[in-house]
Amino acid sequence: MKVTINGKPVEFTQAQSLLSLVESFGAQPPYALAVNGQFIPKSQHASYAVNTGDSIDVLSPVQGG
Amino acid sequence: MQLSAQEQLRYSRHLLLDKIGEQGQLKLKQSHVVIVGAGGLGCPAALYLAASGVGKLTIIDPDKIELSNLQRQIIYKTNHIKRTKAQTAANQLQALNPEIQVDALEKTVEGCEFDTLIKSAAMVLDCTDNASSRYFINQACFNQQTALISGAAIRGEGQLMVFDFTNQAAPCYQCIYPDLQDENLNCSNAGVLAPVLGIIGSMQAQEAIKLITQGKSSQQNKLLCYDAWQMTFHQFNLNADENCTVCSSKN
Repeated sequence: MKVTINGKPVEFTQAQSLLSLVESFGAQPPYALAVNGQFIPKSQHASYAVNTGDSIDVLSPVQGG
Repeated sequence: MQLSAQEQLRYSRHLLLDKIGEQGQLKLKQSHVVIVGAGGLGCPAALYLAASGVGKLTIIDPDKIELSNLQRQIIYKTNHIKRTKAQTAANQLQALNPEIQVDALEKTVEGCEFDTLIKSAAMVLDCTDNASSRYFINQACFNQQTALISGAAIRGEGQLMVFDFTNQAAPCYQCIYPDLQDENLNCSNAGVLAPVLGIIGSMQAQEAIKLITQGKSSQQNKLLCYDAWQMTFHQFNLNADENCTVCSSKN
């Protein structure tokens, strides 16, 4: 299955949840996640099934002002 | 209510716009906007809202001006160092536009009876620099159903979100970032490119003007991410987390 994470192509063999995929990619919390431009709430990260071709964004919070 | 001859002249470039005009300018004049944080974001946001003729501004900030602020906090001059930010900003804004009312609160957002203050306000601009203030402001805006325009910047990155709490299904700040801690990066330990604050703060003012004059902002329930080094914008559609500790109806 091929997806992109923050614009980089990533390939993996087994179907995975969004959470395990971004964790195996090395994402360190805190972060927000979006798939194909749509924000996915944290309570759905572990159950959300990623599809081939999905464009995943790992978004780091910005707090400064 | 009418605009005076002086106001007609002052705001003439707004009055020429189809989307603002005299009706929109009168709406700005009748509006109260609360700006929390008179730093890198709050300075440009407040300057634009004061210049634009928002009738009442409240500036909340407990801090004093330091030399290292002047690289980006563009309302302050070198001779203002050691003065309080809120009152100094208010003085500068009042000099820019004597037609409006500017209130300064030299207090923390947690210590200023914020819920009462924002009850009658058109909206709140979150221009703070830490997670606990952001969570506090989000909760208060949700409770009072006051619109929240959240801006943030660090290094070469900026983010903008607009939340309209009159819509029951709308997400809140807590839905998007539920697990922030204050020891995360801030501008004093990670640095920030000065104009990024001007870009994000100006966008906060712009969306405030759109919400007041048109009743909506194109950025409602969206996260806009700005990368200054690449000069790119990416936008994401936001939705509420059904398990959110602030806004979920399950609570």
